Amino acid sequence: MQLTLWTYEGPPHIGAMRIATAMRGLHYVLHAPQGDTYADLLFTMIERRDRRPPVTYTTFQARDLGGDTAELFKTAVHEAFERFQPQAMIVGASCTAELIQDDPGGLADALALPVPVVPLELPAYQRKENWGAAETLYQLVRRMAGPSVPTPGTKRERDPARPARCNILGPTALGFRHRDDLREVRELLQRLGVEVHVVAPLDATPGELARLGEADFNVVLYPEVALLSAQWLQRSFGQPMVKTVPIGVGATREFIREVAALAGVDPQAGLDDPRSRSTWYARSVDSTYLTGKRVFVFGDATHAVSAARVVSQEFGFQVVGIGTYSREFAREVRDAAKLYGVEPLITDDYLEVEAKVAELQPELVLGTQMERHIAKRLGIPCALISAPMHVQDFPARHAPQMGFEGANVLFDTWVHPLMMGLEEHLLTMFRGDFEFHDGAAASHLGHGAAKPLAEPVPAPAAEPTGEAVVASTQAAAAPEPIVVTGWAPEAQKELQKIPFFVRGKARRNTERFAAERGVSLITVETLYDAKAHFGR
Amino acid sequence: MNASDRFIALQPQVDAGCAQAPVLKERGQREVFCGLTGIVWLHRKIQDAFFLVVGSRTCAHLIQSAAGVMIFAEPRFATAIIDERDLAGLADAQDELDRVVSRLLERRGEIRTLFLVGSCPSEVIKLDLSRAAARLNERFAPQVRVLNYSGSGIETTFTQGEDACLAALVPGLPAAAADAPASLVVVGALADVVEDQFARLFAQIGLHDVAFLPARRSDAMPAVGPNTRYLLAQPFLADTARALERRGARRIAAPFPLGVEGTTRWLQAAAAAFGIASAAVEHATASARGRAQAALARQRQALQGKSIFFFPDSQLEPSLARFLARELGMRLTEVGTPYLHREHLAEELALLPAEARLSEGQHLENQLDRCRAERPDIVVCGLGLANPLEAEGLTTKWAIELVFTPIQGYEQAADLAELFARPLRRRELLAA
Repeated sequence: MQLTLWTYEGPPHIGAMRIATAMRGLHYVLHAPQGDTYADLLFTMIERRDRRPPVTYTTFQARDLGGDTAELFKTAVHEAFERFQPQAMIVGASCTAELIQDDPGGLADALALPVPVVPLELPAYQRKENWGAAETLYQLVRRMAGPSVPTPGTKRERDPARPARCNILGPTALGFRHRDDLREVRELLQRLGVEVHVVAPLDATPGELARLGEADFNVVLYPEVALLSAQWLQRSFGQPMVKTVPIGVGATREFIREVAALAGVDPQAGLDDPRSRSTWYARSVDSTYLTGKRVFVFGDATHAVSAARVVSQEFGFQVVGIGTYSREFAREVRDAAKLYGVEPLITDDYLEVEAKVAELQPELVLGTQMERHIAKRLGIPCALISAPMHVQDFPARHAPQMGFEGANVLFDTWVHPLMMGLEEHLLTMFRGDFEFHDGAAASHLGHGAAKPLAEPVPAPAAEPTGEAVVASTQAAAAPEPIVVTGWAPEAQKELQKIPFFVRGKARRNTERFAAERGVSLITVETLYDAKAHFGR
Repeated sequence: MNASDRFIALQPQVDAGCAQAPVLKERGQREVFCGLTGIVWLHRKIQDAFFLVVGSRTCAHLIQSAAGVMIFAEPRFATAIIDERDLAGLADAQDELDRVVSRLLERRGEIRTLFLVGSCPSEVIKLDLSRAAARLNERFAPQVRVLNYSGSGIETTFTQGEDACLAALVPGLPAAAADAPASLVVVGALADVVEDQFARLFAQIGLHDVAFLPARRSDAMPAVGPNTRYLLAQPFLADTARALERRGARRIAAPFPLGVEGTTRWLQAAAAAFGIASAAVEHATASARGRAQAALARQRQALQGKSIFFFPDSQLEPSLARFLARELGMRLTEVGTPYLHREHLAEELALLPAEARLSEGQHLENQLDRCRAERPDIVVCGLGLANPLEAEGLTTKWAIELVFTPIQGYEQAADLAELFARPLRRRELLAA
């Protein structure tokens, strides 16, 4: 049993719903109790879809358990087929139905429907949402494209007269900016003269999945969802795949070169995009203050690895921590962590992530909706880079993460939460100004901006007797108490002059410095000794 | 007097309204939350209680999706997620639960009541949470009291989770002495502001010994005994009522306190049960009633003659329909409810206009067909259906808001009407 306050991923059948809801002409019958129908609101409320997900739930009740839940399931499949007339169906069980072992696949087979019915085995007590999405897409692709797999050893022929064509794999319903990424990647491919054959699963029909093998190669936008399918297509049809995820200018250029090589075209048409501004923006002098900003990155593996690369190589930040909740892709994140010389955090325990952020005291958190909670509590700026997300992360405007326009969006949204350079200097210089109190946020964040909550303000000396004031720096979520050191009142006051967003770090460093040297009372001298010691 | 005379004499006056109307009972796909959702408001209502769902990742995802992601503070609920080791018997689920609870209580020292909340998976694998609660009580009482109930979707629908939670509280309520003076307990979670208003009104009527279940703190739960009369503030509390009856308490039959009429009749019923003249209620409530009626008159202009269709959700539907029809002149079409408790709703059904078509249970697709055919001016439905129906050109009101908003009592009567008027006004605004 695992104690969970928040979960990064839903159960695997939610992944299957993301595939079904993305597609057209497909219907999903889910053997599940009534409470599981909440999943509809993920799509209709959070993503604001104007249609119900194509999902029928059997909604069995306790009184059905003694009777015939199998019959209930068959009726649901039959009625759904009659009403929605899908081209294909997927059937499966949610966590509760998995326990009653009704065999949805076998039951649906017995109905002998005139369309393909794909049974899904999604072990709800072992696996999670992204795995469920990948498995569902894979099973659908295999079932639909399987009949056209050539005999092994058949050589792929391509008519040199026709333009190269590729499939785009990965975009789903409820994906983080999938709609916008797709548009951006389509335009990139178009500029290179590469035709898009099938996009799956977003807006694809089962019939289109059957034609996946006709393309020359596959572009995998979201490996968490599509890698498994692309690997099968590679084995079965000899289709190579483009694995670079074009997030950031560097990765976008790499992506273009990879596509061009597979398509046999000149990459130059794609490499120069007058709309690409993020590189210049990062170079412009006002961005100097971004140098070495300490960033903590957490999300699904693809977005976390991409974000770390962008902030370190394109924005000049320092990655002080990187992690993911996707255990299936932990290796990619471990490799990235090595690049930055940090310990990877592979966990789906929100409390662990919170403790890590509290410990690292970064200046910016790039994470998910959960890290937004954490950052808000700790008073640290935050931008979203990955699912899970909130309704506000499905913007009305075009806001891709991929391609050159995506890189522009990244610059805007990741830099925006940070304090502007000159303002930061003024805050540092004039701590005594009555408008620069700790609750005052950066001017561009407006009046409602978050106040730091968890950074405990040391209790002021109750009586000015010159005795040491005890300050505990135990952060709200830190798992173990951190050394309690005495602070002289003068040093305490000096500490207050340091802006709140770096004060936690300053206090922590000073106390570590003092503890290492056996200094029992921290004075103003100690504070500045520590500053000199740790100064970068 | 013979038996049949007595039987007839005890029959309530049910010759009006919907009391005898046929109810369409349906079975099929239900589009409703399970009882776990009640945790979303209960964990705020009882301030020193913590709700630990023993369930699957789906349960955790449900609660955070239904409301959790909107709440930025650390919630007073969590999920102990059952994994394959628990199912395969590699780990003793009871030991695992002890471990999880110990970690939780270490972290949250302010907790006084811990609810272990059963779910569909825990019910299906027959994980005995009452045994777990008893064992944990031995370890943590009196500091923390551990109770259990089921919020599983195979047994409870949405608001029935609150019913199960309150029913679990009842056996542990302090005992009122057999010769204690008669007291009143108002049962059902209400917004704090509404509770305070009712407490003032009861005092003005002359009822001073009034307590609320659930109380805001674990050590302030009301005593109950044979001289306790209880008044339901919510229509979905069948199990809680039975548990209270077992403790000797007796129910005061009344409609529910929605709208001016409902609130007045509710207060009158309480007053009558304690021998207080109806004039005292009239007098104590005169100014609040006047205010509410004036405010409702404005909403009536927007709602009069408009038709409304209810998908089943909270069991509040018949009471809401009664208010909207009788005080705002709305035209009722179908009034769906997940479960119709005829005894607790007898007073409501008698007041409900005969035109209302009551339905109980659900067959979602058939009901959607009826709704589309009806083309009502406004549809009350769950979050999964609202945007799709809006996209079809229907105007909707999310049912869940009716549970998360203070709607009971005089001061909230116009707010309640406003919840229905706003979507209509908005549609007009955006069309202009």
